[in-house]
Amino acid sequence: MNYDFKSAKELLTICKIHELSISEVMLRREVSLSGSSRNKILEQIDRCLRVMDASTNRFHDEDTVKSMGGLIGGESRKLHNLESDKAICGSTLHKAIMAALSVAETNASMGVIVAAPTAGSAGVVPAAILSVYEDCDVELDKLRMALINAGAIGYLCTMNGSVAGAEAGCQAEVGSASAMAASALTEMLGGTPEQCCHAASIAASNLLGLVCDPVRGLVEVPCQTRNTIGVANAFTAAELALAGIESLVPLDEMIEIMTDVGKTLPESLRETGKGGCACAPSLCPALSGLSEKM
Amino acid sequence: MKKSYIGLFDVIGPVMVGPSSSHTSGANYIAWMARQIFTGTPSKVNFRLYRSFADTYMGHGTDRALIGGILGYRSDDKRIRNAYQHAKEAGIKVEFRADAATEVNHPNTVDIVMQTEDGHKLLVRGESLGGGRARITRLNDIDVEFTGERGTIIIEQKDEPGVIAFITNTFAKRGMNIAFMRVFRKEDGDLAITVIESDDFLPEELKDELLGYQAILSVEMIEL
Repeated sequence: MNYDFKSAKELLTICKIHELSISEVMLRREVSLSGSSRNKILEQIDRCLRVMDASTNRFHDEDTVKSMGGLIGGESRKLHNLESDKAICGSTLHKAIMAALSVAETNASMGVIVAAPTAGSAGVVPAAILSVYEDCDVELDKLRMALINAGAIGYLCTMNGSVAGAEAGCQAEVGSASAMAASALTEMLGGTPEQCCHAASIAASNLLGLVCDPVRGLVEVPCQTRNTIGVANAFTAAELALAGIESLVPLDEMIEIMTDVGKTLPESLRETGKGGCACAPSLCPALSGLSEKM
Repeated sequence: MKKSYIGLFDVIGPVMVGPSSSHTSGANYIAWMARQIFTGTPSKVNFRLYRSFADTYMGHGTDRALIGGILGYRSDDKRIRNAYQHAKEAGIKVEFRADAATEVNHPNTVDIVMQTEDGHKLLVRGESLGGGRARITRLNDIDVEFTGERGTIIIEQKDEPGVIAFITNTFAKRGMNIAFMRVFRKEDGDLAITVIESDDFLPEELKDELLGYQAILSVEMIEL
């Protein structure tokens, strides 16, 4: 049996013929291409989930660990300490954006993270699936499969588009991560494979054109808060898709559109540190002070 | 083993110490490979960082990732963060120099010079290619190219007839398959480097057998 697919369209056809979820098709694809057993792959998924989980828990730390570049640190703790009547995102999304901040802090201070699909966007997928797992009474097995579902969408973005900020801007990193998370959440909460692809397409379309403009070329600002918008956007897209709202643009086309938009972005907005937030006038004097300290 | 498809863990992964797959994880892998192909224990290691590495290495922890690689840590090892301390404890002196001016081919390039107490010395140049992948492009003054993604054997030899026949014979006698083989040499030099990648496990005896030939000066192996 061949479970390999090259597009969302092919993926959905396989899902339909065999009456399988996206994650199940992706898992069987991995079994047949890697030669590893199903259990071996699920063990590796569990290892990823453990590292992801640990990286989302920075808000427990009372001592602030500064990032290597010194621009961020302690943000998830601050959000944790927010009075509950001001947490207007609601409990689950509150947890999710806190987790996204935490992963970015972990990453920027040389902690261990799982790139998903990249290190700079590593907060989006774990923040989304782990917070919903915790709050929505989902079984552990569904959490595992959600991560594999995210892998399927990430594979399509990598294969038919780009997940590199230097090539296609932040939309390729946080945008792809957000599409992955939106699809994963949709499957986790009982959505169909079609609904997963609608969620991914909506999520990607919402972040089209997002530029990659890291201050001082570091994975800190604005990368950290971009991870929070990636996860909030994934929540939105999943909720729309679960309600039966469809993306008129199919996922395959959306991935192509994202790539085309990425190509039209000027080089200054593709991870060069020469445009966007990286050139904010008010950051420049502070930054020269920083580099003297280092 | 080199893969021809994009798999699940190419997307969900690598598991790595942050913050950057190219500036942290890839740098670590270069230094790790460098250490694998160096005979003896280095007491002093000099790093020269070029272009993008030179500009942003501190904020990306490139320096710590490199030291970690020299200490044998892989890219998901938490000890990388305190690599300076661990190097000190291991009695390895490290020195960094940022060189943004010299022209090199790749934006993320580093030269690593390892040196033992008794003066044995090796320069390894590496390039970090993104996503944690990297390649070695120079050994001392000879340009080479390998990624260490398979079992790799690096042979330093006198540039004379018969050496390559001896090497391939040695592999053949053991029933080992050569996946890739390339010979690099300086135009005017009398030394050459043969790099062989194999899908098979590389046994220690293979090294000894190759070293038995008079024109073979050194044999190093990278086993993942």
